[in-house]
Amino acid sequence: MATPSIVAITAHAGGYGADARIKWTEWLPWIAAIAVYFFAPSYLPLGSYILILILFALSLDLILGYAGIITLGHTAYFGLGAYVAGILAKFGTADPLIGLVVAAVAAGVFGLITGAIILRTHGLTLLMLTLAITSICYEIANKATDWTGGADGLSGISMNALFGQFKFDMFGNTAYLYSLVLLFVGWWLIRRIIYSPFGASLAGVRENAVRMHAVGAPVYRRLVTVYGISAAIAGVAGAALTHTTQFVGLKVLGFELSGDLLVMLILGGVGRLYGAFIGPLIYLLAQDALAKQYPEYWYFWIGALLVVIVMFAPGGVLGLIDSIRARFRKS
Amino acid sequence: MNALFSQLVSVAFHGMAYGMILYIISVGLSVTMGLMGFANLAHGVFAMAGGYVMLTMMNTYGVPFPLALAIAFVAVALGSMVLERLLYARLYSAGELAQVLFTIGLILMAIAVARLIYGTLQQPVTLPSYMQGQINLLGRDFPAYRVVVIIFSVLIAVLLWFGVERTRWGAMLRAAVDNRSMAQSIGIDTKKLFTLTFALGSGLAAIGGGMGAELLSIQPTYPFEHLVFFLIVVSIGGMGTLKGPFVAALLIGVTDTACKYWLPQFGAFFIYAAAIALLLWRPAGLFGRTT
Repeated sequence: MATPSIVAITAHAGGYGADARIKWTEWLPWIAAIAVYFFAPSYLPLGSYILILILFALSLDLILGYAGIITLGHTAYFGLGAYVAGILAKFGTADPLIGLVVAAVAAGVFGLITGAIILRTHGLTLLMLTLAITSICYEIANKATDWTGGADGLSGISMNALFGQFKFDMFGNTAYLYSLVLLFVGWWLIRRIIYSPFGASLAGVRENAVRMHAVGAPVYRRLVTVYGISAAIAGVAGAALTHTTQFVGLKVLGFELSGDLLVMLILGGVGRLYGAFIGPLIYLLAQDALAKQYPEYWYFWIGALLVVIVMFAPGGVLGLIDSIRARFRKS
Repeated sequence: MNALFSQLVSVAFHGMAYGMILYIISVGLSVTMGLMGFANLAHGVFAMAGGYVMLTMMNTYGVPFPLALAIAFVAVALGSMVLERLLYARLYSAGELAQVLFTIGLILMAIAVARLIYGTLQQPVTLPSYMQGQINLLGRDFPAYRVVVIIFSVLIAVLLWFGVERTRWGAMLRAAVDNRSMAQSIGIDTKKLFTLTFALGSGLAAIGGGMGAELLSIQPTYPFEHLVFFLIVVSIGGMGTLKGPFVAALLIGVTDTACKYWLPQFGAFFIYAAAIALLLWRPAGLFGRTT
């Protein structure tokens, strides 16, 4: 029995043949996000966390869904961005925009260096290396208490107002819009990458690396490049979390967040661009409503969900919607 | 000088015991990976299950240690056989991502179930009297439990080597690792071979988990906590060999013990850094074949 590929090949796969124009449905998430701002103000703090995780999930989708790099350690870059932003705000300048740039550069450079090391390997070895790098970052953050606050977390961060105008208030108004704008920029950038020739070559590597070598594509260089880009975006997401919550906890480097992120992306659908939107939304809303009373049961059902998705619905929620639509069209 | 020497001996000894446990647990993972190309992150679940079965037998039913270990081996091997036939086998051709997700799902479920049955605390281990205390060798005292662990593990390694290198099953296994479709076309029932090998590997993990319960304590997060170490053993050793994981497990056991003894403030930092450096030098592991 051949199980269908878990990565979508049709929807938003990018490449030369694809129509890169933005369809009207692609505006829906943005309309919904703005509607939340006006009609559900009590959800703004959770909302901005969801937006940040969507950006983080997008960065993972870029390497996992499009380039086929399986990683369990993407929090290394998210956490690095978060800590760089926090340390800079506490000991240097508290301007959020400078913080974003510095975090992006730091995470991107770290992504290029670590990517150059780990992408020489594949399979279990690659997985192990991604875990090992994250664990090293975690150990450092845990031990360098003077800089990071260790297990207590880095608190006492106070950000300057954005453009000197908009303060990060406790109702999350600024935080929400800030996260939304960052997500929009990230989405636009990733969408451009996916539909570019570069994006097409990534899909080629994912589908058949041997053949990509044979046609003369610089496979390794492409992978390291995209890994660096993805790391920079993850770093921005991490920095945004620091800016909006004014706190950095060790959790941002934890294995749990890596795992949760992966589950969110799988739940939404890998390699579909909008899977990274739907997954975190469903996951975090469900977690907010259900997980607090019974954390043990929560993870049992998450595990069961993963098994079921892999066995029966490899495309996640979006994949299910696609197949239902296809069935309707036939009948 | 003498003090340093006895420190060295002690670190080498404890490291060896730890490494042997790592080997017994990880060798099954290496073979599954080499034979079926299956990225089974849930391998630690079998080790944990082995530990729980053994300790329950000992603590609740008063079964003696060796028998409890044997029961753990059989129970986990049979259980894994069912899992392999029902679930794993459907994903052999499904690609790495599906396998990784599926096995992470299994880990999460196993952790939740373990927590539900046994709670979050680690299981108490009461060793039989002959494993408590010290054994005097060459004028030095060594903890008896660790001596038994080392001897028993070496015995298993020798048995495994014999099984793989000298028996008909081993010849079929090696043939299937080298070239699966060729092995199939000369009439080797690879499906059966996979199931049996998988069960053996999981059973060994159960033995490792049970034997090592004093070293790697049995508690619900076991499969995640030690996952990186199992993966390091397999990656550094190279997939699909017996010798690779053995050497790698010894190296890691001794290095990790040494680091924790002399540089405890760095935690597991060095072992990760060493693994990264080693794989930078040899991406396919020490004994792995480059493909």
